[in-house]
Amino acid sequence: MPINMDVVALSRLQFALTALYHFLFVPLTIGLALLLAIMESVWVMTGRPVWRDMTKFWGTLFGINFAMGVATGLTLEFQFGTNWAYYAHYVGDIFGAPLAIEGMMAFFLEATFVGMFFFGWDKLSRLQHLICTWLLAIGVNLSALWILIANGWMQNPVGARFNIDTMRMEVTNFADVIFNPVAQVKFVHTVSASYVTGAMFVLAISAWYLLKGRHVEIARRSMTVALSFGLASALSVVVLGDASGYTASQNQKMKIAAVEAVWHTEAAPAGLTLFGIPDPAAHVTRYEIKLPWLLGLIATRSFDQPVPGIADLVEKNKERIRSGMIAYDALDHLRQDRENKALLEQFNAHQDDLGYALLLKRYTQDVAHADDGMIDAAANDTVPDVPVLFWSFRFMVGLGFYFILLFAYGFYQNSFRRLETKRWFLRLAFLSLPLPWIASELGWAVAEMGRQPWTIDGVLPTFLSASSTAAGNVVVSLCGFILFYSALLVVEMFLMVKYVRLGPGEDRSLAERKP
Amino acid sequence: MPSYEILRLIWWVLLGVLLTGFAVLDGFDFGAMALMPFIGKNDEERRVIINTVAPVWEGNQVWLVLGGGAVFAAWPYIYAVAFSGFYLAMFVVLCALILRPVAFKFRSKMPNARWRGFWDWCLFVSGVVPPVIFGVAVGNALQGVPFTLDDTMRMTYEGSFWELLNPFALLAGAVSLAMIVTQGAAWLGMKTDGEIQARAQKAGAVFSIVTLALFTLAGVWVAQGIDGYRITSAIDPNGPSNPMLKEVVRGQGAWLGNYAKFPASMLVPALALLGGAFVWSGLAFKRSMLAFIGNSLTIVGIIGTAGVSMFPFILPSSLNLKAGLTVWDASSSQTTLMIMAVVTVVLMPIVLAYTGWVYRVLRGKVTKAYIREQSRGVY
Repeated sequence: MPINMDVVALSRLQFALTALYHFLFVPLTIGLALLLAIMESVWVMTGRPVWRDMTKFWGTLFGINFAMGVATGLTLEFQFGTNWAYYAHYVGDIFGAPLAIEGMMAFFLEATFVGMFFFGWDKLSRLQHLICTWLLAIGVNLSALWILIANGWMQNPVGARFNIDTMRMEVTNFADVIFNPVAQVKFVHTVSASYVTGAMFVLAISAWYLLKGRHVEIARRSMTVALSFGLASALSVVVLGDASGYTASQNQKMKIAAVEAVWHTEAAPAGLTLFGIPDPAAHVTRYEIKLPWLLGLIATRSFDQPVPGIADLVEKNKERIRSGMIAYDALDHLRQDRENKALLEQFNAHQDDLGYALLLKRYTQDVAHADDGMIDAAANDTVPDVPVLFWSFRFMVGLGFYFILLFAYGFYQNSFRRLETKRWFLRLAFLSLPLPWIASELGWAVAEMGRQPWTIDGVLPTFLSASSTAAGNVVVSLCGFILFYSALLVVEMFLMVKYVRLGPGEDRSLAERKP
Repeated sequence: MPSYEILRLIWWVLLGVLLTGFAVLDGFDFGAMALMPFIGKNDEERRVIINTVAPVWEGNQVWLVLGGGAVFAAWPYIYAVAFSGFYLAMFVVLCALILRPVAFKFRSKMPNARWRGFWDWCLFVSGVVPPVIFGVAVGNALQGVPFTLDDTMRMTYEGSFWELLNPFALLAGAVSLAMIVTQGAAWLGMKTDGEIQARAQKAGAVFSIVTLALFTLAGVWVAQGIDGYRITSAIDPNGPSNPMLKEVVRGQGAWLGNYAKFPASMLVPALALLGGAFVWSGLAFKRSMLAFIGNSLTIVGIIGTAGVSMFPFILPSSLNLKAGLTVWDASSSQTTLMIMAVVTVVLMPIVLAYTGWVYRVLRGKVTKAYIREQSRGVY
């Protein structure tokens, strides 16, 4: 049946909005959970009550944020079925497994022990409570691991093959799916970025207290924890982000070419474009400022391998589309004539390119006989949105380096106990509060928009993945989410600000005051 | 590796276990919140009720999340068809489920009575809507759902949201709601004392009867009023997961075929009734735990009855009969079923162990004195 492009566009918009919204809460949950565990460890080891008060105070803010993370995460799981039903059918055999394991291994852990964290203070010994907090932190991190294994497979689909009898991808080697190099580097990069977010949250709010001269004891100690933890994390984000880029250059050449706006293959080693205005129509980047050799070094770890440009990759993709058409044709006939050995051989020889032939479905139902114009159009579709990727990436990396400088300076001054006199730094730290969120969201934009036009890179195009539902349904849910989520965000921010203003130890008076 | 047939059966049972785990554990959270505005007469009583579930509801909800993930991994066709077919119904459930964590967390964060009253009603809605809609979904599955699959296995659904709300499906929704409210009442009977406990037990007695009466009515209706489905072609339980390779007929009484073939399976609906007897004796002899276990058995019996009646169907199609999804043709590959079975065998005992430990730590009643004392720490 023909594809309804409205449903595809609306579903993409809905998924992007709900995923980006969910990720407003996730990094803080991941980062803060570990910071809570660290603070509580100090409390258990030293027995100084200020560390318990710190844990409880940051714990209150963690709780408000955690509730939002839980609430908005469900939406994403549901959407794979409601809006991306063909995707669910086509790759559920592989993609569903990490999601289910995430539930068993991570969600049970974090959801069970988050209850103990809040309600167990008087029912457990100090050590027992500390163990619960660590299990909460471990659960939170494990959930990041499994969801990124799932996401990593979308970027680099290893260990799976198409099955003619069921018309879907099926797992051939699950170990490859788990130890997918893309998933591994994504995990460490994302988790470190989340630690930066947690550290920045604690740093910024502590800086605000120091500026106001309130809760100085707690703010000072929180700041020390945040600065050391933040510096280590900020360094690891950039180092591991670089590893992520290297891995992507091995597996997703088009993404790298688009992020760097490499229109035409350059002689090795390629230069790194620091600034420029990519012009997708003319296939050039205007006003370029380039650092020689650097891109070649980062992307290929060598001096002699070129970084392939967009134009060459499009040409290669045309060949892959033609090869995929042979597989598609063979598949069509195999369904009538299942025992035909020659057809099966033909299919197996070309099946790695089957996904490329599916790109043609946007232009024709008769994929096996598409004309050259359709093939050219489909090949051009494999280029993602270059300017958006180019700029998102540059802002993200810029922020990454800014975080290193900020935390390093703070760490240095703090170790000589001079930080409280540097009021400009405290102000700057407070104003930097939103930046890690911006960097995280930009990171997702690079990762997911850079994967377009695919949901599963090279295997399943985005437009085929959508459900065959009525556009009206998606309009209703999209509008519903926008209204509902906006209202929740307002309430959440109101409570966060309220409890930050009240500060540690003062929420009792608020909760107790009679209405 | 066990045969494909065995693995499919294991995952059919596990699907039932997950749904039952969700209904038994998260069910009491839903049920307690559905009752909360009525048997909590003032803010303090409501806080008592909310705090009986506050430390555990989050872990309980994971049964649903895992249920979703497990269906995705083990029964991808069912995941695709049910979620996209019931699109708007799923959206409504989702809204209720999104409301719940924030309502729990935000409610007692401000002292204002209107603020708290607003979130109490949100908790009520989030306690009532999911059981009703999940029940309605099962009611529709029993009648067959109007979907078909094309030759690339793309699913199209020809029904509308309002057609989901047909009389039999609404009855199924009512059964589901009544059994969940009973579960909440039985839970509050265990976890509270004094007036709240007395009101909860009264509610439990009433809703337990309502549950069994509606369940029996639904049973008669299934036998007399709605068509079931039956596979007429040869079945290869080890065949590929392609639903389009079989022939299916629809007919009255087809859902009773399994009970005729395996009379022992009649123990499953009987279990639901037996559970009801436990609930009543638990109430009569003031053994709250017995009542809770009794209603849990009722839940196992009711969900089990739906599963056994339809076996091997999981989601029949009323539009294109052969497209109906069954245990033998809607699963993941043998490899995936095997991997997931191993993971489950390794991880679930650990989950059950620490969940059990948490319930042991939290044992005992939640009282008004506790709420007053812990006002700062609790919801």
